[in-house]
Amino acid sequence: MRARVLIRPKAGILDPQGEAVQRALPALGFEGVGHVHVGRLVELDVEDSTQLESMCEKLLANPLVEDYEIQLLDGAPV
Amino acid sequence: MKFGVLQFPGSCDEVDALHAAGRVGDAELLWHGERDLRGADAIVVPGGFSYGDYLRAGAIARFSPVMESVIAFARDGGLVLGICNGFQVLCEARLLPGALLPNANLRFTFRQVDLEVVEEETAFTCACAGGELERSERAGARGERSEGSAADGHPILSIPAKHSWGRYHADGQTLAAMRERGQVVLRYAPGENFNGSLQDIAGVRNERGNVFGLMPHPEHAVDELTGSSDGLCIFASMRLAVEGARV
Repeated sequence: MRARVLIRPKAGILDPQGEAVQRALPALGFEGVGHVHVGRLVELDVEDSTQLESMCEKLLANPLVEDYEIQLLDGAPV
Repeated sequence: MKFGVLQFPGSCDEVDALHAAGRVGDAELLWHGERDLRGADAIVVPGGFSYGDYLRAGAIARFSPVMESVIAFARDGGLVLGICNGFQVLCEARLLPGALLPNANLRFTFRQVDLEVVEEETAFTCACAGGELERSERAGARGERSEGSAADGHPILSIPAKHSWGRYHADGQTLAAMRERGQVVLRYAPGENFNGSLQDIAGVRNERGNVFGLMPHPEHAVDELTGSSDGLCIFASMRLAVEGARV
């Protein structure tokens, strides 16, 4: 089964990458953009999707400073 | 007294660490794939980019065979010093509280920084007090504990820092507990906190006091020829602590 893990900085923690992107967009003429955050995407095939949360806690994310969200893609090629 | 200096694929400061440790004792490199700490009395986890810093700095090195032994060594009370990437590895291993995040300025920055030794009675700073070191003028300015040094302020170390992931972060409750227990050992002096670390934190120890990590590089400041020898006192402190424990 294919899964995606979305990892983003926890709310309230300074996200200088997000801020830099948010400042860059208006410079290109894109107005009205807010709440920009930059994170990571990990895509993986797993046999046992119940292990994903443990994988996130132990390695894929650092739960002290990052939130993660697991999406299952039901075997469809991405 | 023997230091064991770890070496991961991607380490780049292990030779300087070996040299610095060798100034105050015996020192030997320990390869990441081995579990034998070869009788080391203290461990140095050096700077660099272990395993390419893939995923997050220190995230993969934390699971290396040698780190299994280092974690057990630390749990038994052995002294462990983590420098820069080594600090990141120790945080990822949960041997130290908090985490290191990308610098607020988003740049790799390399500069000489002044550090205040906030806690002088630790296994990693006990040889840093007194001597010829300059002292700061703001002891107690943050309401921190400063017994014994209130009149003179904290000792200042001038050592280089070079990193892009050095912004120290811990949640508010953890920070308060760390302050209470004297776990914040080093702070950037006023105006020196280029990476955006919370509360100017540059170096922290664990609750037991036997594990210490800092972002700046004491191993690059052990000879006046290269600008400063202030970093040597970190290694000298470890030797005092190990030999004191033996007596």
